[in-house]
Amino acid sequence: MNLDLNVIWFGLVGVLFTGYAILDGFDLGVGALHLLARNDEERRIFLNAIGPVWDGNEVWLVTGGGALFAAFPHVYATVFSGFYLALVLLLFGLIFRAVAIEFRSKRPEPAWRRTWDVAFSVSSIVSALLLGVALGNIAWGIPLREDHEFAGTFLGLLHPYALLVGVTTVALFMMHGAIYLVLKTEGPLHDRLRPWVNNAIIFFIICYATTTMATLLYVPHMVEIFREHPALFVVALLDMLAVANIPREIHHGNDFRAFLSSCAAMAALMALFGLGMFPHIVYSNPNPGLSLTLYNAASSQKTLGIMLVIAAMGVPLVLAYTASIHWVFRGKVKLGPHSY
Amino acid sequence: MDALLLARIQFAWTVAFHYIFPPMTIGLGLLLVVMEGMYLKTKNPLYQAMTRFWVRIFGLVFAVGVASGIVMEFQFGTNWSTYSRYVGDVFGSALAAEGIFAFFLESGFLAVLLFGWDRVSPKMHFLSTVMVSLGSIFSAVWIIVANSWQQTPAGFHVVGEGAGARAEVADFWQVVFNPSTVDRLVHVLIAAVLTGAFFVLSVSAFYLLKGRHVEFAKASLRIALAFAVAASLAQPLSGHSSARVVAEHQPAKLAAFEGIFPEKVERAPLRLFGWVDEGGREVRFGVSVPGMLSWLVYGDSARAVTGLDAFPPGDRPPVNLVFQSYHAMVAIGMALIALSLLTALYLRGGKLFEAPWLLKILVVSVVLPHLANQLGWLSAEVGRQPWIVYGLLRTADAVSPVVSAGQTLTSLILFTLVYLLLFALFILLLDHKIKEGPVEGAAEKEGHLA
Repeated sequence: MNLDLNVIWFGLVGVLFTGYAILDGFDLGVGALHLLARNDEERRIFLNAIGPVWDGNEVWLVTGGGALFAAFPHVYATVFSGFYLALVLLLFGLIFRAVAIEFRSKRPEPAWRRTWDVAFSVSSIVSALLLGVALGNIAWGIPLREDHEFAGTFLGLLHPYALLVGVTTVALFMMHGAIYLVLKTEGPLHDRLRPWVNNAIIFFIICYATTTMATLLYVPHMVEIFREHPALFVVALLDMLAVANIPREIHHGNDFRAFLSSCAAMAALMALFGLGMFPHIVYSNPNPGLSLTLYNAASSQKTLGIMLVIAAMGVPLVLAYTASIHWVFRGKVKLGPHSY
Repeated sequence: MDALLLARIQFAWTVAFHYIFPPMTIGLGLLLVVMEGMYLKTKNPLYQAMTRFWVRIFGLVFAVGVASGIVMEFQFGTNWSTYSRYVGDVFGSALAAEGIFAFFLESGFLAVLLFGWDRVSPKMHFLSTVMVSLGSIFSAVWIIVANSWQQTPAGFHVVGEGAGARAEVADFWQVVFNPSTVDRLVHVLIAAVLTGAFFVLSVSAFYLLKGRHVEFAKASLRIALAFAVAASLAQPLSGHSSARVVAEHQPAKLAAFEGIFPEKVERAPLRLFGWVDEGGREVRFGVSVPGMLSWLVYGDSARAVTGLDAFPPGDRPPVNLVFQSYHAMVAIGMALIALSLLTALYLRGGKLFEAPWLLKILVVSVVLPHLANQLGWLSAEVGRQPWIVYGLLRTADAVSPVVSAGQTLTSLILFTLVYLLLFALFILLLDHKIKEGPVEGAAEKEGHLA
């Protein structure tokens, strides 16, 4: 394998979507857990835990989409038009989520707040599920035509393996969100949330083990590269170690380190996914010969080069903003005059 | 209805809705920089109250803008996949650059703007305001680069043939600075300033009429009026420069703007208004200034302007729609100049606050820049038809082949319902915030209530 521009961009798009999964993952997870909060004050604490950052987190998806468009326009075109109704549903999920967060605490009536609480939670779960289902389909493979267009149907996207990956994604985000909430809360609420992390980890491990079994049995092309290069198994190992470390850190009261472990686990999971797909970006099933790869779906070398310069200038800035915003808003949530 | 028409309606509807918000954030963002800058300089608490109030409004506008903007980012792929494949090499880079350079800047520092009052120093907060404003301008830069490339494509070459043809970047800077980028960017930014300024004027005039927050309203109005006068006077100059680029690079669009049919028209007239009879191929009931168009475009009233007949029938845009939206935009621009100058005159004479009729006009004038924005884009985008990339790719050939009319109709109905709901909620909360006003302690009260 040569480290050419196409491979670099495969990696960079992967990094953007990994950033999205890690960042929006915790706020989608908080949304998924939102209705488990006991009262209005707890729900406000949940909302304000993600309040200043959820919007910036979602930008990773938008930029990931833009990078995909620029670097691999055929993937952008095929996937977005092929998954049409699923994508429109995802957009509505994200819109309703944004609206629910903004509008929920703007009026005091309980009925108003309850409506937006449900909208926030349901749209978070649906968004996470759809993202997972999309990922599951890309791994399983979708029917493609010679001209790269999608040849399947909406219902065809809802097969058991894709739904399994969807549920696993929801479980992963719930685990990640629960840890984030533990990190951002204090007092009795904090103590009550700690067992949630363990429950969420168990839910995730069950889903993850099932998905792994299904992948080994039914999606052999996703594990080929690990058979060819056994050294890559270290990524899977790191993933399990990171997950196993979470309850340990929670037990010792190291909430932040538990959160970092969870981030590391998600990064390792995305790396496993990326390695499994390589060099395909969208697998064609049946007829793997029609797959979109990082070569036949890419922009010209010139554009990939220009984009690399843009990324080299922009990504350090982005990391600096992201880190400084999270630094400014570090610490436990306190409801104040500017809160949601 | 066929899939193509539905996809076009959906794009037009979602982008028109989205475009209510970005000009407000760009305009309001610049005003916020001035307001907060004056606070830092004078330490006058009035400017602080002003900044805090308009930041809260800004947050609301921004949120709806983001929610409706994500749809735009994805819609090229969902409904225009052939277009995306054809132009991805060129157009995709601009969108990616917008994400990397603009969105992160905006959304990151917006958090400090909204929630960081007690967490960062006043100077750091001001820096965040500047960054958010810059971010909103960068966003406009890259979107206008992308759209201007569709209007006046440059810096590319076409590789492949037939269905496999696609445009690839030949010279990145020619793509960025294609012939219409700079003029159109200036025009859009000035329009955004007008949108923000008239919004602030409207709310301030409302307070003055009600006799509430009078000092606050007077100070806000003064700042906004300065922007309104400068921007409304600058806009015709920018529009003129932009129209000359249209004449040179998109002559069919210019001919549609002015309803010119014959192949060559010497001493081409500038129409003030009229009704285009597309069948009869003439402009009826119009008033026009002979030779004025030739003079505006070429600086020579005798020179001939190219008419629609110079283009094959399949290459002509719809004329009356483009003509009317273009002329209505210009008329609104003139009205904004008159209104800005009149308000400034009354303010100087010390009579503005005793002239309720003028304040009432200012209250409703908030819709005028929005109308002009929408009409301007309508004439620019419909005037480009039948091309999606002028002279290169037809709109009819750009749509997603695998998305059925039924699917697009479903999403169109859903977008319509969701956006109407979103707009109703936006107005409801905006109204709530405006009626609540900039009272000191209002924020605390809100926090307590919430």
